[in-house]
Amino acid sequence: MKLAAHVQAIPPSGIRRLFDVVAQMDDVISLGVGEPDFGTAWRVREAAIYGLERGRTSYTGNSGLLELRQAVSAALRGRYDLVYDPDAEVLIAVGVSEALDLALRALLDPGDEVLVPQPCYVAYPPCVALAGGVAVAVGTRAAEGFVPAAAALEAAVTPRTRAILLNYPSNPTGAVPDEAALRAIAAVAARHDLVVISDEIYDRLAYDAPHVAFAGLPGMRERTLLLNGFSKTYGMTGWRVGYAAGPEPLIAAMTKIHQYTALCASRPAQEAAIEALRTPDCAVQAMVDEYDGRRRVIVSGLNRIGLPCHLPRGAFYAFPSIAGTGLSATEFAERLLVEARVAVAPGDAFGVGGEGHIRCAYATGLPKIEEALARMERFLAGLPGFVPGRAAAARG
Amino acid sequence: MSEPGDDLTRKILRALETDARRGPRQIALLTGLSEAQAADAIAALERRGIIRAYRAAIDWGRVEPERVVAFIDVSVTPQRDVGFDQVAARIYRHPEVRSVHLVSGGHDLRVVVEGRTMHEVAAFVGEKLAPIEHVTATNTHFQLRAYKEDGLILTEEPTDDDRLAVTP
Repeated sequence: MKLAAHVQAIPPSGIRRLFDVVAQMDDVISLGVGEPDFGTAWRVREAAIYGLERGRTSYTGNSGLLELRQAVSAALRGRYDLVYDPDAEVLIAVGVSEALDLALRALLDPGDEVLVPQPCYVAYPPCVALAGGVAVAVGTRAAEGFVPAAAALEAAVTPRTRAILLNYPSNPTGAVPDEAALRAIAAVAARHDLVVISDEIYDRLAYDAPHVAFAGLPGMRERTLLLNGFSKTYGMTGWRVGYAAGPEPLIAAMTKIHQYTALCASRPAQEAAIEALRTPDCAVQAMVDEYDGRRRVIVSGLNRIGLPCHLPRGAFYAFPSIAGTGLSATEFAERLLVEARVAVAPGDAFGVGGEGHIRCAYATGLPKIEEALARMERFLAGLPGFVPGRAAAARG
Repeated sequence: MSEPGDDLTRKILRALETDARRGPRQIALLTGLSEAQAADAIAALERRGIIRAYRAAIDWGRVEPERVVAFIDVSVTPQRDVGFDQVAARIYRHPEVRSVHLVSGGHDLRVVVEGRTMHEVAAFVGEKLAPIEHVTATNTHFQLRAYKEDGLILTEEPTDDDRLAVTP
């Protein structure tokens, strides 16, 4: 069968191969899981069950249940003082993944460029390509906390550049730019009339300072599409529900695509999401505190065993350097898995700047994190020529 | 350094409530304090009586299936100056008594008593608890099954982590 050339041109995921190996092994401690170990709260599951019992199983409107859009709008107003009209400026989608796909398809003509600071979430470059665009990598460095320099972004702008795709707190680096760095990026967007797609799925997992919503920066609301969902904050990865909030013309264009493709997000998931937004803040805070503790344990542990690691300011990933081992990220991840039974994601899977690093998710309990660190320490002790503490060379 | 009710204290307490075996080194790692600071903070919390004890959570029903637990509603005539406190003290000093709470509603004290047999608990109620001066009535409910205690679900085995081992 002949397949579309642009689909065939997309390389297979660097994580997928590792997953196939893990599936055949026992006693693996996984630091490779990009989803919370806190399952969905019972109150949320119960709300979905009630919805099913009452027969709420039909399609919803294309934009999603009005009650959910209102709740999303209220949450964004309460948290970030951002005002979005639930009737025209909020779209409920099948996770942030679908919302991102819709946004790129709505914005890009063939050959249009999107600036993507890297290392980044594995799906961004393929999503841009599938929408007919060109993902332009802008590398970031460990020494700068994996925050993109505005000058580097600006240098990558061409007449074809349409958008910047941001994700802070970041998967895989845990990076969170401070407000000054975000304002510098905003200035680039304004100067070159770019749309900013801001995937803020980890917004509640910002440990050292309150999260800054990109759309809340001066002049940014009218050119920013805010993406968020329920997967990370509420442990709802398998429900597949997220949302986009942004200027009406963009939301309308996205809704047009959505109505012909997904039609609407799953009804039970939307019912559950309404309840999730009613979660008391203290419950979310308890989860954040738990991750914060694990973050300190894993980062201090990685540094102690000789894998230099900056303190990530958000999300639930540590992104240490493995330069001292002399191995490539993929070699390291595969050998660590086979020889020490610890699964991590190789950094090169996340694009430019990722080589020489591994991603260690701390969305797993402390005893397992500590055991994983002990196994990694033994693995490193058996590596000839390992230079503890050597950081990755700076990459542009 | 840390005061009861502040964020840091809360973090220390939650970390110890989750796992009482955590020592100062681990508490320091979890909270970002130095090990000495963590040790001082924990010692202060012990001194102030905020941390009362370090204990294991045990499902005794699996060790001693015959063990009996009774929830006893006790009606009391409150006394001038001391209210319910004196009667409560006469009850809670018995080692068989696991907890005593003053509650609103139809009764005054809610008492939880443990014993090896139903006879033992019945004897305690009849001979020790009911005859206490100012106790006017008792209403005993024997536990049939414990589902959840102190925040721990006892009737479900921990579920396996069914997340995929590596996800983007």
